[in-house]
Amino acid sequence: MEFALSEEQQMLQMSISRYLDSHCDLDQVRAAAKDNITKQADVWNGIGELGVLGIIIPEEYGGVGLGFLDAALVAEALGRAVAPIPYIGSSIMAPVAILNAGDDRQKSTWLPKIAAGDCVFGVGVTEQIGQRETDGIVSADGKLTGKAMFVVDGLDADMLVIADDNGVLHLVDANASGVTRNNLSTIDKTRALAEVILDQVDAEVLPGSKNDSEALTKTIDAGRVMLAADSLGASDVMIEKAVQYAKERKQFERVIGSFQAVKHMCAEMASELEPCRSLVWYAAHSINHIPGEARLLVCHAKAHLSEVGRFVAKTSTEVHGGMGFTDLLGLHYWFKRIGLDRQLLGAPELVREEAAVFQGW
Amino acid sequence: MDLAYNEEYEAFRIEVQQFLKEHKSKAPKGRAGWGATSDKAREWQQFLIEHGYAARTIPKEYGGFGAKPDILKNHIIAEEFAKAKVRPGHSGDPRLVPVVLELGTEEQKHALVGPTIRGEMNWCQGYSEPGSGSDLASLSTKAVLEGDEWVINGQKIWTSGAQSADMIFCLVRTEPDAPKHNGISYLIFKMDTPGIEVRPLVTMTGEAIFNETFFTDVRVPKDQIIGKRGEGWFVANTTLKHERGSLGDPNQIESRFRDLVEILKNEKIDGKPLIQYPIYRDRLLKLQGRVLSMKCNGMRILTANAKNTEPGLARWIVKLLGCELNHQMAALAIDAMGELGVLYGDSDYLRDYGMWQRNYMLDLGLIIGGGTAQIQKNMIGERALGLPKEPKYKAS
Repeated sequence: MEFALSEEQQMLQMSISRYLDSHCDLDQVRAAAKDNITKQADVWNGIGELGVLGIIIPEEYGGVGLGFLDAALVAEALGRAVAPIPYIGSSIMAPVAILNAGDDRQKSTWLPKIAAGDCVFGVGVTEQIGQRETDGIVSADGKLTGKAMFVVDGLDADMLVIADDNGVLHLVDANASGVTRNNLSTIDKTRALAEVILDQVDAEVLPGSKNDSEALTKTIDAGRVMLAADSLGASDVMIEKAVQYAKERKQFERVIGSFQAVKHMCAEMASELEPCRSLVWYAAHSINHIPGEARLLVCHAKAHLSEVGRFVAKTSTEVHGGMGFTDLLGLHYWFKRIGLDRQLLGAPELVREEAAVFQGW
Repeated sequence: MDLAYNEEYEAFRIEVQQFLKEHKSKAPKGRAGWGATSDKAREWQQFLIEHGYAARTIPKEYGGFGAKPDILKNHIIAEEFAKAKVRPGHSGDPRLVPVVLELGTEEQKHALVGPTIRGEMNWCQGYSEPGSGSDLASLSTKAVLEGDEWVINGQKIWTSGAQSADMIFCLVRTEPDAPKHNGISYLIFKMDTPGIEVRPLVTMTGEAIFNETFFTDVRVPKDQIIGKRGEGWFVANTTLKHERGSLGDPNQIESRFRDLVEILKNEKIDGKPLIQYPIYRDRLLKLQGRVLSMKCNGMRILTANAKNTEPGLARWIVKLLGCELNHQMAALAIDAMGELGVLYGDSDYLRDYGMWQRNYMLDLGLIIGGGTAQIQKNMIGERALGLPKEPKYKAS
């Protein structure tokens, strides 16, 4: 019985963080945001060299074959760095879909490409969680027609995994004729969500998803736990920055962190976030090792991190006073990252309802 | 991450389960605790000590079972007793026994530990005073050495169990000229010593959970002290650490959550169970997220303890978040009951013997007691986050 990160996991955490600290600082994030870049080439290549793009892809398909907890540690680090690269859609959700529902040929065609960084995947499953602004996607005779909203990593994608109205998953060439991709400009400039309009587009079904929704559920769950981890990392930074600021900023001839009003805001943030770390670890770990508990834990990790993330994002900004509200400090990059994590793949109310139904309530 | 137990522990778990199956009928009903006084409770405790399920790691020479410390085995025992709904044993008053074992003299260990873990010697705590709550170190009950005796004068408050306790462990000022933290000593004495008066303090639950305890020229032998003169504050901090750990226990939180689910399933409005109303349902689910996060946090602390590393912030937050979470669970149960949730005392309509109403108030006491939520936040801010202390107030 050991509820802790292994030495290898701590080393993974350290090597990713070290890389991002030196190659993906706020100036780089700002520059990318200014030019609407959500796949920053240097960061993408650097992260790729660390083996992260194929982190959950088995070694036989060119990946490193690690677990979801390892993948969550990466997501956490990317959230810390507000890194402008595709990850959750391309490196986690798409491989989960292909691994669970793809045939051998599909696996051996696409997984090595993802792991090598030769192919970016976007994932469109939002309609299976809740449909808005679209009538969904119809599949007929090997062709898809309709509109998928908020396709994760969709703008930078070469290939897409798209769920049709029946929850069946399809592979679609993102540049095929009949595909229109529009940027959905969001508050968060570090990640790309696309509107994908399909008009009689050739699609290849992932056969394992035809009569079984499990692959779809696993794809969504994998995305959710990564979003929770992303919020964990981003929240952690917002707390560190708030504490640092409270130790430096002076008013009334005192550093403001000596005022209980400010100190308690910091203590509340740190207290709320601390158990979240264990919850995210456990939820991610359970996907590989305690599958019977995974659904419930993932839903709660997603929902609870959304709530705590929002609290931290607001409170940390307040600790920074007027400066927190400006662009000068750039604190808003983390604020917005947390904001997007919350809404994507199911806002907390929806996810909690899923958890209730899952428990037979 | 490996949540499985190895063979040795799995074998131990089976051993505990078999013990419980065989002997659970001997266990008394009612709430667990080290303050137990009934004969049946004492017999059960003694039985558990003999079999290694109570006072497990306390050395044999002081009346314990004398097993090698093993956090995971302790955890398995606690889990299995909880699962079987059998009253668990204890290791004596957790505020006192670790202190005596750590800092007491050989004589004190022999005289105090055995009777305490057997439930023959019950203790109350004399820390807080009317004028010294959060700022405990400002306490003013004083003890003056006259010949071979301490002479104690002053008043303590929140002395739970004082009316039935045999002994008190008590912080008193013995060095009036020293800085406040260095002028305190930790005395232990009998509650039937002349000059002690205990007055019940009725709380909002309607029960006299606490007392006020008055000392007038109470004479106590000079050697009834733990640690040295003037070191009482540091002796007491050994106990506060232990007490803080036990408030907000995740096992208890989980078990309360299960009861909460039951009440939301059973209570109905217009024939429809509350759990089917989206608003109540979402409140329940929100709390479940917190319960699970505290469970995971607890496992992380357990691992750190087993490896003898410092869990850090994970430990600091348990009292603050755990007590608040318990309170919110009681609040939801009461809201689910609506008007029925304000019944108190005797009523045919009372649910769960009025446990939720009582807990709703009692938990507020626990949020305040043992270091208020605000003091916890100060400690987290200062010790865990390194924020500076509030400057001393200077009267202008």
